Amino acid sequence: MRKFWVIFVASILILLPFLCSSFSPDTPTDRRVLVLLDDFAIKSSHSSYFNSLKSRGFDLDFKLADDPKIALQRYGQYLYDALILFCPSVERFGGSIDVAAIINFVDSGHDLVIAADVNASDLIREVATECGVDFDEDPSAMVIDHTGYSVSETEGDHTLIASDDFIKSDVILGSKKITAPVLFQGIGHSLNPVNSLVLKVLSASPSAYSANPKSRLSTPPSLTGSAISLVSVVQARNNARILISGSLSMFSNRFFRSGVQKAGSTTKHEKSGNEQFLTELSKWVFHERGHLKAVNVKHYKVGETNEPALYRINDELVYSVEVYEWSGSSWEPYVADDVQVQFYMMSPYVLKTLSNDKKGLYSTSFKVPDVYGVFQFKVEYQKLGYTSLSLAKQIPVRPYRHNEYERFIPTAYPYYGAAFSTMAGFFIFSFVHLYNK
Amino acid sequence: MAAPESSAAAVPTLYTNNALRNAFGGVLAFFILLLIGVMAFSIRLFSVIKYESVIHEFDPYFNYRVTQFLAKNGIYEFWNWFDDRTWYPLGRVIGGTVYPGLTLTAGTIWWLLNSLNIPLSVETVCVFTAPIFSAFASWATYLLTKEVKGTGAGLTAAALLAMVPSYISRSVAGSYDNEAVAIFALIFTFYLYIKTLNTGSLFYATLNSIAYFYMVCSWGGYTFIINLIPMHVLLCIVTGRFSSRLYIAYAPLVVLGTLLAALVPVVGFNAVMTSEHFASFLVFIILHVVAFVYYIKGILTPKMFKVAVTLVVSVGLAVCCAVIAVLVALVASSPTKGWSGRSLSLLDPTYASKYIPIIASVSEHQPPTWPSYFMDINVLAFLVPAGIIACFSPLSDASSFVVLYIATSVYFSGVMVRLMLVFAPAACITSGIALSQAFDVFTRSIKFQLPGIASNTEVDAAETSSSTAEAQNDVVKAEKSEETSKNRPSKKSKKKEKEEKPLTKAKAEKKRLLALPLDSSVISLLLLILLGALYVVHCVWAAAEAYSAPSIVLTSRSHDGLHVFDDFREAYAWLRHNTDVDDKVASWWDYGYQTTAMANRTVIVDNNTWNNTHIATVGTAMSSPEKAAWEIFHSLDVKYVLVVFGGLVGYPSDDINKFLWMVRIGGGVFPHIKEPDYLRDGQYRIDSQATPTMLNCLMYKLSYYRFVETDGKAFDRVRQTEIGKKYFKLTHFEEVFTTHHWMVRIYKLKPPKNRIRGKTKKSKSKTSTTSSRAKRSGTGKKNPWN
Repeated sequence: MRKFWVIFVASILILLPFLCSSFSPDTPTDRRVLVLLDDFAIKSSHSSYFNSLKSRGFDLDFKLADDPKIALQRYGQYLYDALILFCPSVERFGGSIDVAAIINFVDSGHDLVIAADVNASDLIREVATECGVDFDEDPSAMVIDHTGYSVSETEGDHTLIASDDFIKSDVILGSKKITAPVLFQGIGHSLNPVNSLVLKVLSASPSAYSANPKSRLSTPPSLTGSAISLVSVVQARNNARILISGSLSMFSNRFFRSGVQKAGSTTKHEKSGNEQFLTELSKWVFHERGHLKAVNVKHYKVGETNEPALYRINDELVYSVEVYEWSGSSWEPYVADDVQVQFYMMSPYVLKTLSNDKKGLYSTSFKVPDVYGVFQFKVEYQKLGYTSLSLAKQIPVRPYRHNEYERFIPTAYPYYGAAFSTMAGFFIFSFVHLYNK
Repeated sequence: MAAPESSAAAVPTLYTNNALRNAFGGVLAFFILLLIGVMAFSIRLFSVIKYESVIHEFDPYFNYRVTQFLAKNGIYEFWNWFDDRTWYPLGRVIGGTVYPGLTLTAGTIWWLLNSLNIPLSVETVCVFTAPIFSAFASWATYLLTKEVKGTGAGLTAAALLAMVPSYISRSVAGSYDNEAVAIFALIFTFYLYIKTLNTGSLFYATLNSIAYFYMVCSWGGYTFIINLIPMHVLLCIVTGRFSSRLYIAYAPLVVLGTLLAALVPVVGFNAVMTSEHFASFLVFIILHVVAFVYYIKGILTPKMFKVAVTLVVSVGLAVCCAVIAVLVALVASSPTKGWSGRSLSLLDPTYASKYIPIIASVSEHQPPTWPSYFMDINVLAFLVPAGIIACFSPLSDASSFVVLYIATSVYFSGVMVRLMLVFAPAACITSGIALSQAFDVFTRSIKFQLPGIASNTEVDAAETSSSTAEAQNDVVKAEKSEETSKNRPSKKSKKKEKEEKPLTKAKAEKKRLLALPLDSSVISLLLLILLGALYVVHCVWAAAEAYSAPSIVLTSRSHDGLHVFDDFREAYAWLRHNTDVDDKVASWWDYGYQTTAMANRTVIVDNNTWNNTHIATVGTAMSSPEKAAWEIFHSLDVKYVLVVFGGLVGYPSDDINKFLWMVRIGGGVFPHIKEPDYLRDGQYRIDSQATPTMLNCLMYKLSYYRFVETDGKAFDRVRQTEIGKKYFKLTHFEEVFTTHHWMVRIYKLKPPKNRIRGKTKKSKSKTSTTSSRAKRSGTGKKNPWN
């Protein structure tokens, strides 16, 4: 019995590093999520959202944002796979968490959800700015839309917005169309147009603007129209995903359940689109969807199976790669007709679209160009919503060896003939000259 | 110094037995030559004794790497070697772009030794190849000079060449470069040419072609041979020295030599297609025309011949004009007139500095200064004119060749420091002739004046007093002595030889009258020995102090002892042990060969400067601001950047001092790099007066990053000034390694930022206007990595 225990503990100790590993390439979906709240009331007022996460198997750990004991990592290992910041007004995090810690968390491949609100603290703004999103600098500004507001009985300042201007991507928002508008009440943000990593998922209508609803407008608002983003997502270069929303209340049970009627529209939806929108979005953010992996990169000469160390110019070769998509529970073959491979040396010499067999195997064959040098097989696959695939494999291409050229060239036969006839002639001449006295 | 001993020692035996005398002289000459070989070898070992047995400098490292490859993979793999670790991503076909002579020689030596069960490493063989071949070169010099002026001159010339500093500088142990074997090949080819010219033997002519082939294999300097020999042939024809021997010496060389040269992959069709080789073909044609004319002259009567000449000349002139016009048009149609840049800069010394910065940037391609002549050939500079005069008395085919050789090589050495190496053997040969002739005159005078000897020689004073070559000729005339053929003017035919005896006797009478007084002879003799001693002292000093530094290990002697700077190997070892095998290292091209050989990492450019654009790309990156440089390097997959910095210890040949060349070469291809941007009022400076472009370029930043932390003032000991910008941070590069004396600094390219930051600045005031916002987004656009 005692021996059994020793073996058990030993095996646990051996397995421990594997059990603790986060964001493993095999199962990219997050499991352990830290939720930081301003106060525990949010836990109940936003329970629908949290319950939908829990039901999908996430392990939520609720903490107050200024709890002095919170920490993201211990002994160099991250304790969580994802972080949800539902604490728009926090001025200082407790424990060892600060902006740099959160940014490092993201930079080491973990996911982040940020919900801001009116009067969001500088801290939250700073985290958002680091991720490439700029909230309106006026602390009391809200997004106001006098044409796209949601019709309701109580509010008259048109800050409760019903927006249905979604990003057109099935990967991010799911394949089922969101019919009802999404209710939003909070602050808007803008994106740097050259920033290719950040995407506007829910944008405001052209008539929206960002200002303090309680005071008169004295200067033109700095953020106007569809430049305002209500909800944005970021996919960092290391494929960490970030969701940034200007409204905490859009996650609340109240918004989830309330009906919605957009101003000027006669249809009244029984239920707002918030639940579907945010649930689908959380699936994307937590890598249940749109996560690709490429494995088994192979290349070989046509007719051979082994991978050569280098090719010769004008060789025919086959290149193949397997691409799979994570479905939340298993790796499924990824089917697309736009995966391309480059045969690259400072510029692509060959660019070919890979054909797939519907089982995840992508392959093509092409002829090595008549140029020698150190080439690369490059697959740069960046598709909206998917993690980016960037494969590069170096392969030298050599010129012909000295004995690989054609031995006798037909056009040169006159020259061969000339050479040999001269030799024969010289021989005969010498013979005649020497012996004909 | 060996020559007088041999002749002095040979004198007493003369009286007893001529045969014995010759045998004794031969044995003595053999041992002297052996000692000369030992001296040539051992004087070059200072570098091994003072430092260690390592490969020196830059190019030898490449040769060493190639030899290793050859030893490991065999000759066919070497021939077809496509090297993917240099010139990334272009690669380099080593087999087709390298002169294989040196590599094959060392590889053969290594193979031979190993098959004899002498297990030497490839490195050891490479280190000692140059000293071994300098011994061969001095023996070849002996042979060549013997053909020209006899054994005495040969031995003197061999002794001089064995220790001439110019040659030592290129052939110390560890200096494993093409020149190490090429100088031997050059002298030996000349010897075989002269030998053929003197004997008229087809056997030597064939050997000559093979020696020429070895030279073509070894060094690009073979074009010197294929231009000098035609010049000499032309000279002989013009001065009326045409003979069948000349024809045999030249025609097979051109035909066989060109065929063999075309077999070397790096030369290939260049052997018949570039202008450097045209002179030999032109002279080949002229030689045949002249031979034909002599033949016609022999079978026609003088009157008929005159008619024929006028006919042929008038027709021939018209044809010639047409051919020349076509040739000129063909040559002129190519932009460089069919000449390679290096050859053009030989003809026009200002060509390189005007058009090709990459050639001009190499220090060994600069014209030499006058002191460097004294440093490199020392007293030979004064003996050369005397030797030339000696060559004219009497002028033979062979001695006219020596005169031509020295005249052309003096010019070439004046154009390029590197070609001092070609000049040195010529200087040694002429000086050897001069010294030997002078000793000859003085010892003969002494012998004539000394009463003891004079009384002994009463019987046939005429013969004994003249121990010159002519007299010896007379004595051993029956034998086919080499002196006969050598000193005989080429026009003399065999029947004339018979008339020589009375002629020499008359000459000997004259010689007796020309004898110098005893005291002046003795004093002159002593002065000459003193001169020789000075030369020896200088040569040993040069070998020990000036030319033995391996340049990868530096030493400096200060009041507190000897300092060793082994930073280069430290840096390369760091690269080898701490970076990935396929990582690419960018540096200025000087360090390319060493990085591939010592660190075994892929480099972007190296010392084989075949692709100007690629080098210009690296030069542009070095002279660009950090971000632009990062983009250039990133596009070349560079992981690490290596810079050499001498500011801390005062090592003058560092990258900051080479930087203007990077700017020039980069600006030659990418015009947005402009040299004046880096100069303040035409002055290159890195202090507070430096231009902002200079202070922000990558080379400045990588060299001086954290430099202020060393002494608090950031005082650059090479430039003798405080640097202009002391405190700055690197945004796109991070320092990963700096050697002990800061001579090599290695930086890593930072990966692109994981996230792109928003544009809001922390310190930004809340009442910012939209205009400043637009400005910020503008900068954001330019700099997506921030």
